Amino acid sequence: MAEPLMTIQNLQTHFVTDKGAVPAVDGIDLHIRKGEIVGIVGESGCGKSVTSLSIMGLLPKPAGTIAGGHIYFKGEDLAVTRERRMQALRGNEISMIFQEPMTSLNPLMTIGEQISESLRIHRRMSRKEAWRESIAMLDKVGICRAESIVREYPHQLSGGMRQRVMIAIALCCEPELLIADEPTTALDVTIQAQILDLMKKLNEETGTAILMITHDLGVVAETCHRVVVMYAGKVVEEGSVKDIFYKPRHPYTRGLIRSIPKMDSDGGRLYSIPGSVPLPGTITEGCRFAPRCEHAYERCRTEIPELQGEEPGHRSRCWL
Amino acid sequence: MQTTILEVNELRTYFPIRKGILQRTAGYVKAVDGVSFRVNKGEVFGIVGESGCGKSTTGRSILQLIKPTGGEVIFEGQDVTRLNEEAMRRLRRDMQIVFQDPFASLNPRHKVSKILEEPLLVHGFGTVRERREKVAELIETVGLNASQLERYPHQFSGGQRQRIAIARALMLRPKLIIADEPVSALDVSIQSQILNLMQDLQQSFQLTYVFIAHDLSVIKHFCDRVAVMYLGQIVEMADKESLYSEPRHPYTKALLSAVPNPDPEGPRERIILEGEVPSPANMPQGCVFHTRCPMAEERCRHERPVLEQTSHNHAVACHLYASPAV
Repeated sequence: MAEPLMTIQNLQTHFVTDKGAVPAVDGIDLHIRKGEIVGIVGESGCGKSVTSLSIMGLLPKPAGTIAGGHIYFKGEDLAVTRERRMQALRGNEISMIFQEPMTSLNPLMTIGEQISESLRIHRRMSRKEAWRESIAMLDKVGICRAESIVREYPHQLSGGMRQRVMIAIALCCEPELLIADEPTTALDVTIQAQILDLMKKLNEETGTAILMITHDLGVVAETCHRVVVMYAGKVVEEGSVKDIFYKPRHPYTRGLIRSIPKMDSDGGRLYSIPGSVPLPGTITEGCRFAPRCEHAYERCRTEIPELQGEEPGHRSRCWL
Repeated sequence: MQTTILEVNELRTYFPIRKGILQRTAGYVKAVDGVSFRVNKGEVFGIVGESGCGKSTTGRSILQLIKPTGGEVIFEGQDVTRLNEEAMRRLRRDMQIVFQDPFASLNPRHKVSKILEEPLLVHGFGTVRERREKVAELIETVGLNASQLERYPHQFSGGQRQRIAIARALMLRPKLIIADEPVSALDVSIQSQILNLMQDLQQSFQLTYVFIAHDLSVIKHFCDRVAVMYLGQIVEMADKESLYSEPRHPYTKALLSAVPNPDPEGPRERIILEGEVPSPANMPQGCVFHTRCPMAEERCRHERPVLEQTSHNHAVACHLYASPAV
């Protein structure tokens, strides 16, 4: 088994609000190996995006802080790394793409300038080399007419093209880890299929590990090797993609899978998990999912279960 | 015999593109370009398509929230495009809409009780007391509690807000509800709650839904008949079973194959469409889909196919099926 590329241990990220510190991420553990695609799934507010921002050192300051735990990336603890060093790592070794490509691209710079910029900073290329490399990168992410697209501005491109440009920028320094935060949520299904295909292809070709953050179980099943399910700031289950879809253990994972309308179902009632996701900071005792869980008993309301499992690699946080 | 509640004929909604300092009309964005369909009483009619295909504009044009450029919208025998404002206002009791974003569609400064009472006030319904009773009754119907009436929208979660929006749409006991992406802003576990609620309400209130969505699995789950739109036109329309088991139009086939399958070992035969949707301001000649169609022939580039019945309850607008010469 390959050595993990990144290991997160007991990460805690707090946000300071007027009601005090709220733990958005409350002690999570996860790891990702070289060349692996790992999905983090969960609903809004479960802490999946905060986890990614913690890794990148991009938490909104001063409200968000890492209150404890470690993020080991190739032996270096990113939780305590200085901003200077993080700047060198970001882009070079870890890159990130976001849900809305329009807000992450500079509207006043041409596509070519934006790709060249990171090539010149991180790979110290000359202006000319960087420009040529930019065209090659656009080609690689499946943009036809790359020679003319480099001279265009983000607003001239469609959503799918912009996300391809984002991927080109993220990958131009050959990072070892790519964090993709809902990369296809803003896109139409036919375009989503193109982008997911592209990401899988790049993963196979370049060996870049991908941390895929999404709420869409379909996307997870299509792309990921392993899955981490989060609920209210904690990991409730982790396992291989087959473990999660065929043998889900945690009642939340099972509920999530049962509540998606399937293409091969015919009407009838959908399963639904009663209640709604607790606001961060409102649950202090017992299992976070207990108030919505149909199997909850006394112990669930007072004690938090550990993440455990009999089979290697498949663990869940449940007393059952 | 089924009765038609809504009939849409050749509906067209164009938005002018204005240019220059004189704001001359330089062309039109043809958001909806000749859409026709019928909805039977008590059925759920789905409209599915990708962004910019005109599905939301169709919904809004039916309600005259956007004035259509041409065509007819016949609701219970009356052409609503010809009604004056007052008559239209009265008709809105029977036709209501639920929007996608429950954060934007509820007034943040009003308490829920006021939000729900407003439609009754506008339409001069009952006394203060009757109105209050009705509000209390409906909030329970959608699964909330009467004690929550004195709260403001921001104190509710997304799913609860969508319940409030649904309660508001039901206040006047409408016959038809147009639901424009009602669950796409919600988390999966909440999405199924709202879909189940809408299903229950359909039974108890004898509702007809026009359900607009981009999510093919939600449409499959919820609708009886489905129209697939592309660039302002209906390219295929059929019973749900027929559409999903035997899609005919190349676009429908590609769309269905692109849906991520939530089964890691499930079948994956993907038709990846090349390129992007053309701009509706500059529509291609001939079939609107020919620029991306893997099956396009010479004829598709010049002649626009019309929506034709190919078998019982299955219509498609494609040259591959329509003419007997093929």
